[in-house]
Amino acid sequence: MNLLDNFKNPQLCQKLLHSIQNELDGELRFMEVCGTHTVAIFRSGIRSLLTDKVIHLSGPGCPVCVTHDSEVAAFLDLAQKNAIIATFGDLMRVPGPDKKSLKAAQAEGARITIVYSPFEALKLAQDNPHDQVVFLGVGFETTTPTIAATINMAAEQKITNFSVLCLHKLVPPALKALAGDPDIGVHAFLLPGHVSAIIGIEPYNFLATKHGIPAVVAGFEPVDILQALHLFVTMRREEKAEVVNAYTRVVANAGNPKAKEMVDKIFTPTDALWRGIGTIPESGLRIKDQYADFDAMRVFDLTLRDVPEIKGCRCGDVLKGKLAPHGCPLFGTACTPAAPVGPCMVSTEGSCAAYYKYQI
Amino acid sequence: MTTDRILLDYGSGGKASHRLIGQLFLKYLGNEILDKLDDAALLHISGPISVSTDSFTVDPIFFPGGDIGSLAVHGTVNDVAMLGARPRYLTCGFILEEGLPMADLERIVESMGRAAQEAQVYIVTGDTKVVPRGAVDKIFINTTGIGEVFVANPPSGHKARPGDAILINGFVGDHGLAILSQREGLTFEAPVASDCASLNHLVVHLLETIPDIHVLRDPTRGGLATTLSEIAGQSDVECRIFENSIPIRPEVSGGCSFLGLDPLYLANEGKFICILPQEYAAQALAIMQANPLGQHAVCIGEVRQEHKGKVVLETPLGGTRLMDMLEGEQLPRIC
Amino acid sequence: MCLAIPMEILRIDGQDAEVQVGGVRQMIRLDVISEDPEVGDYVIVHAGFALNRIDKEEALATLKLFEEGLNIELT
Repeated sequence: MNLLDNFKNPQLCQKLLHSIQNELDGELRFMEVCGTHTVAIFRSGIRSLLTDKVIHLSGPGCPVCVTHDSEVAAFLDLAQKNAIIATFGDLMRVPGPDKKSLKAAQAEGARITIVYSPFEALKLAQDNPHDQVVFLGVGFETTTPTIAATINMAAEQKITNFSVLCLHKLVPPALKALAGDPDIGVHAFLLPGHVSAIIGIEPYNFLATKHGIPAVVAGFEPVDILQALHLFVTMRREEKAEVVNAYTRVVANAGNPKAKEMVDKIFTPTDALWRGIGTIPESGLRIKDQYADFDAMRVFDLTLRDVPEIKGCRCGDVLKGKLAPHGCPLFGTACTPAAPVGPCMVSTEGSCAAYYKYQI
Repeated sequence: MTTDRILLDYGSGGKASHRLIGQLFLKYLGNEILDKLDDAALLHISGPISVSTDSFTVDPIFFPGGDIGSLAVHGTVNDVAMLGARPRYLTCGFILEEGLPMADLERIVESMGRAAQEAQVYIVTGDTKVVPRGAVDKIFINTTGIGEVFVANPPSGHKARPGDAILINGFVGDHGLAILSQREGLTFEAPVASDCASLNHLVVHLLETIPDIHVLRDPTRGGLATTLSEIAGQSDVECRIFENSIPIRPEVSGGCSFLGLDPLYLANEGKFICILPQEYAAQALAIMQANPLGQHAVCIGEVRQEHKGKVVLETPLGGTRLMDMLEGEQLPRIC
Repeated sequence: MCLAIPMEILRIDGQDAEVQVGGVRQMIRLDVISEDPEVGDYVIVHAGFALNRIDKEEALATLKLFEEGLNIELT
């Protein structure tokens, strides 16, 4: 769509960069909480064009990275149980407590299929009526409506061999935990455009009203990101703290009511463990009792094992923006994408992995 | 042929094997050397030789723009040519799965015959094994190619020098996407076809005309990004690439966006990177663009010395970032 | 976690739709998009489902603001 190409326009980007540079007084430490933003900032070259005064921090924005070791152990256990595991490609290389991954399990004979959509996993169950098919449900609020709709379909069609291992997490509770941390030192939050397309703007208002931190909901094109940074500069100069929707072509302030309804129908919030951070209250989702037949935890009688802490891992500090990836003593030596120690290196959207892959 | 499927008998060396050789392989691949059917081929080659071997296990075995057979010929012909050689001869080993439809095998062998003719190479010796159902996936092919090196200073991955121009002969990612789209059931208004082709005639023309070519390499597995990383490492230089100049078809961009993939890491089977002194770049591009396999040839970057061993991408915004080698195969993603 | 691509709706068949980007076509689901899209609309697609419609008027409005604020010609 030619209209949308304008959001990549290099001249417009240059003008926004100049405005940011000219109008910024002092330092701007901004944090994004979306792996897609992390990658977009690096890949577009924006990161290399920002001056020293604009500091890009990556928060816990990668749902794969923050999947807890105990949850990884649970889905690796499932791989041993002769079910067909359907998963997004993102989870294939995540190492479990004993360093094994789904890829390794596949090499040992586990039946694992990469799918692009949870709907494909449901079709897999319909095509293989004598097998149990389990879909690994990972992702934030952008993804949960698609899994909710799939479970809904499975229930309506009375499919008996399909279930979901629900590993979903929620962004606003994580933001609450970050914003509430007195050491956080973040001047502004770049908010995830597609999560916001689902949940709307209201869940973020506390950032401005309670903590006085400006926040902008932004898309993922270079212009979207630079516009958000310019808005941060303006709000800082004017000493204003607001939550601004700058992605109005996709995000309605009220979000997507149909998607929210679908999620509320199937899931209910629950406490969740975030790798590198610990428990955040009401930050995860659990499949409601009336859909227990589609809850892999119950179907397979799984429990989350206790897993020992990773020694020497500083991911907690990196995820909270207190430590830059190259500041971690393990970065690039003991901890690399080939042999990741902690969550920030696990997925290509993790802050350390993105840094390793894209930073010159 | 007396059966419509490959049976174990066809690999046992007896009458069935000989029927297969006579009625299928010699029919499409025959020449004065192969027709002799001795245990080895007698070749007359002098001077330095370029030799390369590759095994082909692609799935699906038939795809838009080619098949495992044509790929097995073009792939090895190209590797031999990249060393500054005229490819002359190929060997060919087949491992066939019991139950493979004879019609599929015939189609593949016919395709190999055509590819060999296009490349002007002879298949001079071969081998056929048949293994029980399930021991291989339909058909695996190994080809080894032999060529005569005719340049005094053969191109090599170690020879890229600061100041060199980096050229490519056309669109990247076509082959990788053609394969994946078959597997994933994507449909296209106009199908993306593999670019699978023998590049030797074009490469030989370049080598005969331009006195100093530093590197020639085809970006197959791992794609453009991986091959440039290898060269940057081998030559201990920086490959600076201008993202805007990399030719990618809209269908390949579109298909990759569906699948969460990056076209710069997808395989190419009819493309080569040419790294040479800047002074010869215009002439090389003219030669490539005059050839059907190089119509969209373009300069995509230059060799520098700041970030040794690395590939640096200059983005359309004018920023920079690293273009790293992948850890393993590229996987589709939602994040 | 937000990898979602703008795609054009070519055909609608109940809760299924055929979409295209760059000439590549795929089938997606419409179960969670709040307003029913029409053929010719652009929607953002994530994990095989359309999430939201892209509002062209809003896109134009945003671009107009840039044109005025930064003295640049876009549309």
